[in-house]
Amino acid sequence: MTPLLQVENIAKHYGARIGCTDVSFDLYPGEVMGIVGESGSGKSTLLNCLAGHLTPDHGAVRFDTRADGLRDTVTMSEPERRMLGRTDWAFVHQHARDGLRMNVSAGGNVGERLMAVNARHYGDIRASAIDWLGRVEITEDRIDDRPTAFSGGMQQRLQIARNLVTGPRLVFMDEPTGGLDVSVQARLLDLLRGLVREMNLSAIIVTHDLAVVRLLADRLMVMKDGHVIETGLTDQVLDDPQHAYTQLLVSSVLQV
Amino acid sequence: MSAYNFAYLDEQTKRMIRRAILKGLAIPGYQVPFASREMPMPYGWGTGGVQVSAAVLTPDDTFKVIDQGADDTTNAVSIRRFFETTAGVAVTEATTEASVIQTRHRIPEQDLRCDQILVYQVPIPEPLRFLEPSEVETRKMHSLEEYGLMHVKLYEDISQHGDIATAYAYPVKVEGRYVMDPSPIPKFDNPKLEMAGIQLFGAGREQRIYAIPPYTQVVSLDFEDYPFQPTKADHACDLCGADDSYLDELIMDDAGGRMFMCSDTDYCSTRRKQGHVGAQGAPLAEDAA
Repeated sequence: MTPLLQVENIAKHYGARIGCTDVSFDLYPGEVMGIVGESGSGKSTLLNCLAGHLTPDHGAVRFDTRADGLRDTVTMSEPERRMLGRTDWAFVHQHARDGLRMNVSAGGNVGERLMAVNARHYGDIRASAIDWLGRVEITEDRIDDRPTAFSGGMQQRLQIARNLVTGPRLVFMDEPTGGLDVSVQARLLDLLRGLVREMNLSAIIVTHDLAVVRLLADRLMVMKDGHVIETGLTDQVLDDPQHAYTQLLVSSVLQV
Repeated sequence: MSAYNFAYLDEQTKRMIRRAILKGLAIPGYQVPFASREMPMPYGWGTGGVQVSAAVLTPDDTFKVIDQGADDTTNAVSIRRFFETTAGVAVTEATTEASVIQTRHRIPEQDLRCDQILVYQVPIPEPLRFLEPSEVETRKMHSLEEYGLMHVKLYEDISQHGDIATAYAYPVKVEGRYVMDPSPIPKFDNPKLEMAGIQLFGAGREQRIYAIPPYTQVVSLDFEDYPFQPTKADHACDLCGADDSYLDELIMDDAGGRMFMCSDTDYCSTRRKQGHVGAQGAPLAEDAA
């Protein structure tokens, strides 16, 4: 079986400081991988390198494209990479307002990716916008409201709808539940878990919330100071942490 | 008169502008940056158009300026007088007699010939500006032909107003490549963008020049189920009776009296000289008295 994403020795330095270094892994179709670690451990740098927002200093990120099989996205041309970014890839930002157009209605936000891949039939675009808003539990009568009129949780769900409307195969998520209160978090996680299973999505989720990866991720990667210090199945890593830092991380979770 | 170089700008500046114009003509719809100069008028009054006119004018040219179609508005009169003073060129109000026409917000009703140049004054040359504030990003979108965002604007129009409500500065795609802002002309004028004359667009404050060569394909963006429709007031001109020209609505009194008249004053008066009379119009001789 070909991996969907093959990451090989990715490194990114900010001057003398290490962003992340020596990261390699394979991600298979339908698999969800979590990346956890404290602030400044290089999680977001890594994610941005994978998603093409940052250019890694060296290493390769090979993606199984529909047309040509495995292609290195670091060296492919920018139009191709941006094309991937709006078709097969999706990127869910921590802050919904980074991923949404706040002065465009919810329907327009969802429709943008469709129009970016040359959908030119208003009725069809609107129908799929309504369909997707429904899937993320936003009622149809809010379709013409702007995201500024939405609550934080709704904005995040709208961002997810906007990203998934073109049927991507790989979703990058940067702290998708950050800044939401716990009950909204729970519903969002429930929704994400459903969508991931239903659409057979592969996902890479960066978070510092262990509960999120426990629920969503099949596999886990623990980072500290730009290095990967432990990898394994989620339950294995969380229930039987080997590295001292992972043990600290797991034992730091507050029990209610 | 002799205190000025011909057409106000110095020769090096005109040369720089002509290079930008030629590049613009070579890449239809592409916004060419140029080193816009201070002109003796405020930004927003046509500093871009004036610089382009200055660069293309020759001593043999006949110059015409229209503002919203009219030859006799402040802006048109003062720009026309500016070039009368600094270039000593002949000026006219007749579209057919002019070789260079500077315009703001309209395309003349009369079809232009291949020996005529139409110069537009452009406030904001970037059609994507109000959707994407970053110039770096919009340039990238142009270079990679990522124009989905332009349709988001039209989508928003339909979802809010039930129809594409954009009535002016309606975005067009030039020669199947660049999406372009045709300056704030009414969308009624969009079909006229495919013409025999050369069209030059100058944005002074934004320092951009772009162009449409003669007979270039210009397509107004739309949706399959909401096709582009040029619109005008559903009326005929009350002065000359023309039903094919773009109309201004004029409030006549406090009792709801109004009249519609051609916004292109030259077109209207030419028709009236030919003896056409509209619903509220008097024959030309009496009107003048």
